[in-house]
Amino acid sequence: MAELRTETMTVNMGPQHPSTHGVLRLVLELDGETIKSCMPTIGYLHTGIEKTAEQKKWQQVVPLVERMDYLAAQSNSLAYVLGVEKLLGLEMPQRVKDIRVLIAELQRIASHLVWIGTHAMEIGAVSMLFYAIRERELLLNINELVAGFRFFPSYFRVGGLREDLPRGFHEAVNAFLDRFPAKIDEFEDLLTKNDMFTRRTQGVGVLTQDEALAWGLVGPIARGSGSDYDVRRYFPYCGYETYDFKVPTATEGDVFARYRVRVEEMRQSVNISRQAITRIPPSGAWACDDPRVVPPPKDKVYTEMEALIQHFLIYSQGFTVPAGDVYVPIEGPRGEHGCYVVSDGTNRPWRVKMRPPSFMAIQALPKIIQNGMIADVIAVIGSTDVVMGDCDR
Amino acid sequence: MAAIPGASYDAGASVDFATIYVLPASLVETCRALRDIPSLRFNVLIEVTAADYLPREPRFEVVYHLLSVPNRQRLRVKVRVASKDIDGVVPTVQSVWPAAGWPEREVWDMFGIVFAGHGDLRRLLMPEDWEGHPARKDYPVQIRKAAQTYEPLEVSEDEFRANIERDRLKRAH
Repeated sequence: MAELRTETMTVNMGPQHPSTHGVLRLVLELDGETIKSCMPTIGYLHTGIEKTAEQKKWQQVVPLVERMDYLAAQSNSLAYVLGVEKLLGLEMPQRVKDIRVLIAELQRIASHLVWIGTHAMEIGAVSMLFYAIRERELLLNINELVAGFRFFPSYFRVGGLREDLPRGFHEAVNAFLDRFPAKIDEFEDLLTKNDMFTRRTQGVGVLTQDEALAWGLVGPIARGSGSDYDVRRYFPYCGYETYDFKVPTATEGDVFARYRVRVEEMRQSVNISRQAITRIPPSGAWACDDPRVVPPPKDKVYTEMEALIQHFLIYSQGFTVPAGDVYVPIEGPRGEHGCYVVSDGTNRPWRVKMRPPSFMAIQALPKIIQNGMIADVIAVIGSTDVVMGDCDR
Repeated sequence: MAAIPGASYDAGASVDFATIYVLPASLVETCRALRDIPSLRFNVLIEVTAADYLPREPRFEVVYHLLSVPNRQRLRVKVRVASKDIDGVVPTVQSVWPAAGWPEREVWDMFGIVFAGHGDLRRLLMPEDWEGHPARKDYPVQIRKAAQTYEPLEVSEDEFRANIERDRLKRAH
């Protein structure tokens, strides 16, 4: 009998595949259903934001960087804004710090909601998407209330916030925080003990802690593998050291462990948000009092010559930032979002570079899915929670 | 910190955390020491990026951000690269941290700095047939470049049949 000849098959997945979270292309080499190798191709969403930012004034970069990671817009702008403020040597009033913490945590919940919805949908629990998006809608409403913009609020500005909180903000946030923990229980009822979900996720895409750190996957992925590294704990910013919260970890390192970490993170974010909203007085400072950066109030602009000049200077020339470079990390929903800002002492940045967590996650994807089954690719991509806008910038 | 081989210090230049300057020749050795010396233990490579300081010379700086999870420390390692040195003078640090692969590829894509021993310096963010390195300061911001398109593959019916037949023969053996 002639010997049966076998050969591997190369399959192209994406860039328009519905489960690749945007335009990610994977070239998979398959031996039957087993993955022998994987080659990701990225760059389909590259828009040169970092190059564009070099042409803009410091304040104008905020809306640009928000468009990188479009599910966690304010993580990008928070990292950028904190970086520029560090170069300027600005210290924010306590109320601004607390509002920033609150907005960042609400946004972490919003981003995790999109993740849990799409991740579960791709594995087969289609109705999860509707439940998750329904809750996210309430958070987008809060964004709209705060800034008039649902996806890219640009509410964080260098020197503070764009304006004061609107009326009804506390009520809207409290209403959401009262409602949401029961919804997390509902999500867990649907997924955590769901036999099909656990079979698709347990023991799949296992990554050890050392591997996760060596591949730079700091964030929920490393925490799912046993690391307790969280920027909010290790390098606190915006006063996170004064908040009481846990850093959830799991030790299995599989897709299910990352799921459990992120679900618990949502609970912790609710916890932090509750503390923040009680600390924020209804009115008070919403920017620092540095006249170089923050324009004077409008009533002074109309009555005082110096205030008018200052207003005109800030809006026409912008402000200058002392020469130097700074890297500020924050804990975004996908892991460590960092911003490397270089200034040459003028009113425009010399270089703005984001540290994209999705970029590192996709780089490590071939390592995670090697020798796995082709059906597990979907579960693993979902568990890394990649956003292609963040990856390609 | 005195035990790091091949490093020179530039004190007071950074507002956030320590910065050291390393010569390209001793980069890999220094990085391995930074990773392995117990009092340092920089086990995570956060990112590799570069900045173009045209018209200054040395023109480029390659910047490595390191993180030590056990010691809660951060460090910035910089390598100065002169215009004449962009072709393969800076070595890759993939042997120290595997995470360096794509960030170094992006630095080549954007700045044209070739990392010696990298082995996979293909376009990452830009299209495969792109010319030039867009993040350089002398690269124009707004240029008109026609989109590269390809003619759709056209196969006549006879050619299609021949292909199928050839494939069938190939699989039969």
